[in-house]
Amino acid sequence: MDILQIVILGIIASILYIILKQINASFAFILILITGIIIFMSIINQIGVIFQLIHTLGQKANVQGMYLETILKIIGIAYIAELGASLTKEAGLGAVAKNIELAGKIFILLLAVPIITAVIEAIISFLPAS
Amino acid sequence: MFFDASILFQIAGIGIIVALIHTILKQMGKEEIAQFATLIGFIIVLIIVINGLSDLFQQIKSVFLF
Repeated sequence: MDILQIVILGIIASILYIILKQINASFAFILILITGIIIFMSIINQIGVIFQLIHTLGQKANVQGMYLETILKIIGIAYIAELGASLTKEAGLGAVAKNIELAGKIFILLLAVPIITAVIEAIISFLPAS
Repeated sequence: MFFDASILFQIAGIGIIVALIHTILKQMGKEEIAQFATLIGFIIVLIIVINGLSDLFQQIKSVFLF
């Protein structure tokens, strides 16, 4: 989908949201949800192309596959946590949104544990053995 | 797939029509039927949204290598 179409879609969604909010608040929330889904579904193919580029670059630079995979997973977790947190905050549940953000950070750290271990091992191997 | 915006107008239309039905039924004095109409409309919209959400999560799973 073109960028102009996405912008126009957002404007139309906000107009419909303003109309629908006074009539029926729950439908208005679902409208926000479906707008986010449509916009993301229209850009996910381009994201796949970019990730293929990153993969090819990594293979040419002889980066281990595990690291690239971890980075992509971290980007995915960050996006999903952000989506859920903003939707929950929009629905008026600020505390749950904060908890979702915290869970996202925890899972990102958990995924990064092997990389951090590798970095620390590299540093230790640089140290002169006393 | 969800590449078109018609689903947006669909949900907005369902919302407006359900609100209309709710108002008319309440004017006729059938309060509980009005509540049920709203509930059914909400369930219909929820089914559409859950289909879209599962599509989105499948795409994210396949792209972000989960």
